[in-house]
Amino acid sequence: MLGKYDIIVVGGGHAGAEAAAAAANLGSNVLLITMNLTAIAEMSCNPAMGGVAKGQIVREIDALGGYSGIITDKTMIQFRMLNKSKGPAMWSPRAQSDRWLFSKEWRLELEKIPNLDFREDMVIRILTKDGRVIGVETSMGLEIFAGAVILTNGTFLNGIIYVGEKSFGGGRIGDKPSVGLTENLNSMGFESARLKTGTPVRIDGRSIDYSRLEEQKGDQVPGKFSFIDTPKLENQKSCWVAYTNKKVHDLLRTGFDRSPMFIGRIKGTGPRYCPSIEDKIDRFSHKDRHQLFVEPEGWDTVEVYLNGFSSSLPEDIQCKALVLIEGFENARIFRPGYAIEYDYFPPTQLKYTMETRLVEHLYFAGQINGTTGYEEAAAQGIMAGINANRKLNGLSDFILSRSDAYIGVLIDDLITKGVDEPYRMFTSRAEYRILLRQDNADLRLTPKGYEIGLASKERMMRVEDKRNRIDRLIEFIKKKSTLPEEINKYLTDRGTDKIKEKQKISNILLRPQVEIGGLIEAIPGFNEFLRKRNEFDKEVIEEAEIQLKYDRYISKEREVANKLSKMEDLKLPENFDYHKLPALSYEAREKLNRLQPNTIGHASRISGVSPADISVLLVYLGR
Amino acid sequence: MATKASEITGPDTICAIASPPGSGAIAMIRVSGPQSFSISEKIFSPSKKGLKISQAKTHTIHFGTIGDAGNLLDEVLMYIYKSPHSYTGEDAVEISCHGSLFIQQKIIELLLRHGCRLARPGEFTLRAYLNGKFDLSQAEAVADLIAANSQAAHDLALNQMRGGFSVKIKELRGKLIDFTSLLELELDFSEEDVEFADRKQLFKLLSSLKEEITRLIDSFSVGNVLKTGIPVAIIGKPNVGKSTLLNAILNEERAIVSEIPGTTRDIIEDTIIIDGVSFRFIDTAGIRKAKDEIEAMGIEKTYEKINQAKIILYVCDVSECLYDEIKGVVEDFKNHMKDTTKRWVLIGNKIDKLVSTPKDFRELVDLETIFVSAKRRENIHMLTSSLRLSVDEGQITDQTLVSNTRHYEALKKSLESLENVEQGFHDDIPTDLVTIDLKQALHYLGQITGEITTDEILGNIFGRFCIGK
Repeated sequence: MLGKYDIIVVGGGHAGAEAAAAAANLGSNVLLITMNLTAIAEMSCNPAMGGVAKGQIVREIDALGGYSGIITDKTMIQFRMLNKSKGPAMWSPRAQSDRWLFSKEWRLELEKIPNLDFREDMVIRILTKDGRVIGVETSMGLEIFAGAVILTNGTFLNGIIYVGEKSFGGGRIGDKPSVGLTENLNSMGFESARLKTGTPVRIDGRSIDYSRLEEQKGDQVPGKFSFIDTPKLENQKSCWVAYTNKKVHDLLRTGFDRSPMFIGRIKGTGPRYCPSIEDKIDRFSHKDRHQLFVEPEGWDTVEVYLNGFSSSLPEDIQCKALVLIEGFENARIFRPGYAIEYDYFPPTQLKYTMETRLVEHLYFAGQINGTTGYEEAAAQGIMAGINANRKLNGLSDFILSRSDAYIGVLIDDLITKGVDEPYRMFTSRAEYRILLRQDNADLRLTPKGYEIGLASKERMMRVEDKRNRIDRLIEFIKKKSTLPEEINKYLTDRGTDKIKEKQKISNILLRPQVEIGGLIEAIPGFNEFLRKRNEFDKEVIEEAEIQLKYDRYISKEREVANKLSKMEDLKLPENFDYHKLPALSYEAREKLNRLQPNTIGHASRISGVSPADISVLLVYLGR
Repeated sequence: MATKASEITGPDTICAIASPPGSGAIAMIRVSGPQSFSISEKIFSPSKKGLKISQAKTHTIHFGTIGDAGNLLDEVLMYIYKSPHSYTGEDAVEISCHGSLFIQQKIIELLLRHGCRLARPGEFTLRAYLNGKFDLSQAEAVADLIAANSQAAHDLALNQMRGGFSVKIKELRGKLIDFTSLLELELDFSEEDVEFADRKQLFKLLSSLKEEITRLIDSFSVGNVLKTGIPVAIIGKPNVGKSTLLNAILNEERAIVSEIPGTTRDIIEDTIIIDGVSFRFIDTAGIRKAKDEIEAMGIEKTYEKINQAKIILYVCDVSECLYDEIKGVVEDFKNHMKDTTKRWVLIGNKIDKLVSTPKDFRELVDLETIFVSAKRRENIHMLTSSLRLSVDEGQITDQTLVSNTRHYEALKKSLESLENVEQGFHDDIPTDLVTIDLKQALHYLGQITGEITTDEILGNIFGRFCIGK
């Protein structure tokens, strides 16, 4: 017989895995229930982690004490730092992973946690008593009791897979959908809706003529995701770039009348930034080619993923079109692309802790909230896991603000705005992106993760040590001057003005054309200092450069962020009836009642709540 | 984006005209906040040599001149209130100046230039409340006041703008979204197979943006103060004496009359000030031209123009008109008006031609018709006092001066931010850093154009570029 757990996590994807790990590592007795224990943290779509804005999220999860970064480092087959030509806030790590290894490493990592149990089953009902959760009921008829439940059902809730005119129930190709739970939640008063996403065909790599594709190699000096010691990537596998052409487009068009999307069989909204190939052809008919990426699925397998060719057209159409792509003339497929439509629960029903407003101790995380992407899911998972544990232990909420982390932006966006298409993170969603860099995720978040007991002492000591070293280096650069004869040649080479008399190195570093590497080389005193102290690794030098060079911008954003944080600290009452405040506009009353913001800052970001409404709230708060 | 909240409680210094709207013998401008004294010192020269406002005693009054850089604006009295002994509880000054709109506007501009921010509706009262000047039982009253004021300010924002202006603002907004999208495209979608804008293209867009804003700023600058006013439309069938009536009104008041070309060339406007409140007669030329359409009552364009007005004078010839016809016209118009708060005034013109009581006289009287003779200028004062009364009775509000200054300030600040953007490009600063200044520009312009959200930018990107692998 199963005992009573502190926390049950339903679902073993990226959200579920992080949630279970965080809750268990914080001391809760956790049960992870999933329909398929051999597919923990499965990469159901492309075999890659990170990317612009998403890479920052993985670094943040790592800094807090999560696993996504570590697992990615252990299983990656290629690493690239994207946007290196842009400012430091845009640098974004991205890795191709071995898909099988990724899932295996995750499971092994979870198995190391003693107070985490596993069970393969399907949850069909949430058990509640007096408005709080007490456990779950499974399809095998078991009732399992717990203090809190975290739902991370991904795309499995009433999932329907579409390939052309065929459609069948499924949570992912080859896996059954989860049925019954949506209806159960609806009957409890939760609102649900449908979304759609898709994935491309998987191909036998032996049938591709790579000589006709462009190679895309990994970085010469590959970076990594985790701030702790993880294995360095020695060898890398390349990705390959291919292009569609007019013939491919014409052929695909012949299947449009059998497309479940175009003929309206799929009702859910799909992501605009991740359209199917038929959507791209239809909407951008003037483009006569589209870029495709051939991504290897792992070190040893011949299976490859054709990124950019997502489709739910009939299989025969997908195959006929595929062989018209240069290099794919003899392509054999493992399985066709498909679209999947699934239930999600509009995240405006949640609190900042990911707990539902309707049922106490019930949490939602991941795609069930209408997001997309492994990184977004994992971020919600770790936050739900942390908060479920803390609430059971009578501890305060753990909330990250929009100026703390992309994770804060993500959750704030979800619960204040809701979603109308699968939500993906972009850097433009963050108003303080210059503060939310991948290089400083540890400086920003490890102290917070350590304080709640999730980030290890070792992590914290590393951060303190790194911070001290950065400070020492900055102090030196600010104090030390350089002479014209040392530096002028470098300055001229970089196309910037010479100096006439000695100047502080930090001053020269402010010039956009100047890089710290060049200064170290040119200025003997600088060079010598680094050599003698031998404590300034690449990471520290880079961080010092960013902090000095972009100080004006960083301070400016911090100032605005600090000003706003005052608003964030002003708490609003819970479950307040805003209709009692006739001075608020009608729209504001409606929205505030529905969303129940917990701070003035939160309220101010709700569309339809005007500055005047905020003044009215301030008046009622009596400051 | 979310800075709107901070502006409510921020420690900044705010200013506004505290006396009733319009011209009068004197006017009062209130300044409150930590910088009240330092800002005043920069623009006020006391006649008593060596007096420093920051060192003057609280509740004292000082005579002197106001202006900057040798530009003398007015002679004023400066009232000093030291925290917490002021209405708001903060350091505050009140400037008593001469009452012309021009001077009021100029002093406000001066304050803004030296670091004040224009107060939001009800903000003085809000600050007073937050600083404990009221007890909690008064909270409701304060909240109601804020809500009421903001509604009025909101109505003003775009409704009262004249046709040409709001079109320009829309264009500007579109261009800004495009510009921002192009920059964000480079950042968030650098890996995509789309064509990124080159610097030359961005520069072009940027300078056209700056030009646009500069033009708007110019249209606001002083000298054009009189452009503001409560919009009044005079309509009616041909030959009922509309232009004669307008001339009669202008003459009756012997007030400041100016003919100012509007932002679009074909709009001619006349502004008069009645008892300190300015009224702007809009686009009468257009309506005169559209006489046939008026009869047909079918042309949307006519309605659109009339929609800008707050007061509509419907002129008819009493010696000829029929009650049913007038009633029909009025009903028809009302059905087409989005804004039900407009005031309708029926003018029965040409009483000089009457030989006997008009046929439908009784019914016309019931409609509160004002009977005049534009030609002989009889009873025109009844009309002007009716116009003025509608302001006093609160049917119509005149806050255009404030709203215009607000817009002016927002435009100035956004121009500044765009100049920083340009400088950033010149210095070859990474795009993500340049967007910090751009965000500022968007924020300020948002006060005029309506907020531009991230979702809108992303939507524009997804609409224009093929994103997604």
